[in-house]
Amino acid sequence: MTAALEISQLHKSFGQVKALDGLDLSVPSGQVAGFLGPNGAGKSTTIRILLGLLRADAGDVSVLGRHPWINAVELHRRLAYVPGDVSLWPNLTGGEAIDLLNRLRGGADRTRRAELLERFELDPTKKGRTYSKGNRQKVALVAALAADVELLVLDEPTSGLDPLMETVFQDCIAEAKRAGRSVLLSSHILAEVEKLCDTVTIIRNGRTVQSGTLAELRHLTRTTITATVDRDPAGLANLVGVHELRSADGAVTFDVDADQLPAVIQSLGHLGVRTLHSAPPSLEQLFLRQYGDELVGAES
Amino acid sequence: MSDRESLTATGTLVRFALRRDRVKLPIWIVAIGLGMLYAVSALPTVYSTPAERQVRAELMDSPAATMMSGPGYGLDNYTLGAMITNEMVLYLAIPAAMMSIFLITRHTRAEEETGRAELIRSTVVGRHAATTAALLVAVIANAGVALLTALAMLTGDLSAADSFAVGVGIGLTGLAFAGVATVTAQLTEHSRAASSLAMAVVGAAFLLRAIGDVSQPGGNVLSWLSPLAWVQQARPFVDLRWWPLLLCIGVLAVTVALGYFLSVRRDVGAGLVPPKLGRADAAPSLSSPLGLAARQQRPALAGWAAGLFVFAVPSGSLSDSVTEAVANNPRMGEIFTANGQDPVDAFYATMALFLALLVGAFAVTSVLRLRSEERTGHTEAALATSVSRPRWYFSWLGFTALASAGLLLISGLGVGIGAATGNAGPGTIAEVTIGTLAYLPAVLVVAGFTAALFGVRPALSTLAWIVVAYAVFFGMFGALLELPGWVTDLSPFAHTTALPLADLPVAPLVVLAVLATILALAGGTGFRRRDIEST
Repeated sequence: MTAALEISQLHKSFGQVKALDGLDLSVPSGQVAGFLGPNGAGKSTTIRILLGLLRADAGDVSVLGRHPWINAVELHRRLAYVPGDVSLWPNLTGGEAIDLLNRLRGGADRTRRAELLERFELDPTKKGRTYSKGNRQKVALVAALAADVELLVLDEPTSGLDPLMETVFQDCIAEAKRAGRSVLLSSHILAEVEKLCDTVTIIRNGRTVQSGTLAELRHLTRTTITATVDRDPAGLANLVGVHELRSADGAVTFDVDADQLPAVIQSLGHLGVRTLHSAPPSLEQLFLRQYGDELVGAES
Repeated sequence: MSDRESLTATGTLVRFALRRDRVKLPIWIVAIGLGMLYAVSALPTVYSTPAERQVRAELMDSPAATMMSGPGYGLDNYTLGAMITNEMVLYLAIPAAMMSIFLITRHTRAEEETGRAELIRSTVVGRHAATTAALLVAVIANAGVALLTALAMLTGDLSAADSFAVGVGIGLTGLAFAGVATVTAQLTEHSRAASSLAMAVVGAAFLLRAIGDVSQPGGNVLSWLSPLAWVQQARPFVDLRWWPLLLCIGVLAVTVALGYFLSVRRDVGAGLVPPKLGRADAAPSLSSPLGLAARQQRPALAGWAAGLFVFAVPSGSLSDSVTEAVANNPRMGEIFTANGQDPVDAFYATMALFLALLVGAFAVTSVLRLRSEERTGHTEAALATSVSRPRWYFSWLGFTALASAGLLLISGLGVGIGAATGNAGPGTIAEVTIGTLAYLPAVLVVAGFTAALFGVRPALSTLAWIVVAYAVFFGMFGALLELPGWVTDLSPFAHTTALPLADLPVAPLVVLAVLATILALAGGTGFRRRDIEST
């Protein structure tokens, strides 16, 4: 599969501060890639390098097969960007800003523009300074989604939208995918990434800590098991691969490493299982695991 | 909310503002103080005898000089103190006014515009606390200016009472404009518009004083309408009277009361003029970075054009007074002839230089918009489309060059039209216009220098003002202080003695144009290589 976007071993420092420290990221062509990380992890810095706004200190970056710094102009005809903190020209209306951005990019579909304005319930006649944060974001989204491009780069695009508008946004991303567009979606809204993304890259402190398809990532992580048993389950805590065991009144909950699952299930069987519930980890848990304190020591 | 409660936390805000301005304000205050110190130490060596000062006084008795300096008290006995009051004080009072205007706007309207005021007002802070705190900081800053300028004058063995009258007068003039800015900060949503409005009042005050002082020795009623005139009207070192300074306090009281009155009649963050709805689609002209630059700068450009024209026409109409003055005072004619210059041409040349310096200031503000576009994230949005960095950069510079040329044209036309309303022939219009336009290369050097700073060292962009300040200071006072040639020659504006046109120096203009191009290209290279700053 060709990649719409490929980054390897990206480094960027601002003076003494290391913003990116060997980051890897890949967006397969025609797919929606989630880009997850806590505040200050380096998501926006990475995106600004992808757009040729910042120059990388080291590492290979290729966007749609081109170099983002050298081929910026040509590349930007083929991609659209929604910044995390949208700042509009205060004296231009939303409609003017949308038109300006699309004309600077080389034109957009007028019908799609009208349709998107309607779906996002955006009044294009208001001046930039009078829009709320969510409405400023809608202006940037309408401009980006109305453009006929191959790649959408979205930096936390829904952080100001209400749940209703989030749904509209999710529909639009699904349509973009059907139209064959590739999408890089940075976010810390996990449910959104879970719903929309084919692959996920998780970064922390400027470094990629995990990446893969959602299915692959689940493979790497623990399963949460909840069971009601006849005998005392305390012994399970001593097994290899069992974490955070809690038990009360015969009910027991614990996490199991995927590779230790067969052995643990066997031991559980000896305790007289009455009910059993196992769940794949939610992205929340993935996230917590990557950024939870227990891993800090292991990483460094 | 009681009156007392509305001032809650003012003290904290004053300390906070002083902390934020701990570098900015001392620079303003010390620079104004140093300007005075320099005059006090340099003038006695340049004009060491009364006879030499009297020659200077005769030169100052011309309309062009009066227009740019003061009402001319003490010209018949031109002592050092009278000289400083007549020629320097205006150019120390204007910076004090500018400092006060920017200070007030920075701590009131700019805070509301960025939304920081909302955060502050949600805490235990009274309704009038922010404005009051800004005014108190303005009082502190102008007290510093008053003290430093007065002390600087005392180093020159000048009378203490008169020295303090000058210092206090400059400080009070600054405060009067702090009051004006308090009002303009209530009117618009934008800090830029608020400070521009207040600066327009400074311009109007300058014009009123100029016309008034030229019309009649000692000034007429128009002079008295101008807050910039009152320090000189206190007649320090001639026949000191303190009461004109009370007028400054009167203006401060009235404007502050008006500001408070208006501020409780609007919402936090809003202006008094409600925002209007606009077009749903962009006009065809808004399709390129150049179109955007023009659109963004349209209100400012219109303001500058109107202001320059309104200033130029009445100034040009004073050319008849020059002819009359020379007719009444043959000695003055001799001085000019000795310099090889026709007095009327000299008058036009002074006007052209002065207006070109103002256009230079416009050019700096226009190029600096690149910096504010970058800091607000607009540049990021534009460069994320298929606009190249050189296209973005050179579009703004191109707009600046075109607009500067337009403003010089309007200025020159204004002076010419003003002159033509008198005895000057219609040919004067063309001559003065071309003479003023000849300053375009100099203006472009200033713009290019600003652009180079922006491209290579963006954090230092505002230092571009140093070039303008240098050109103004040495352009206006180079002759007064009889400075060595190379000091004045460093100013790009020193190489365009364009009037009469026959003397138009072609080679220096070409050199300046080349220099401007090199500076712009250097900035462009820097801008292409560096990171775009984000918000």
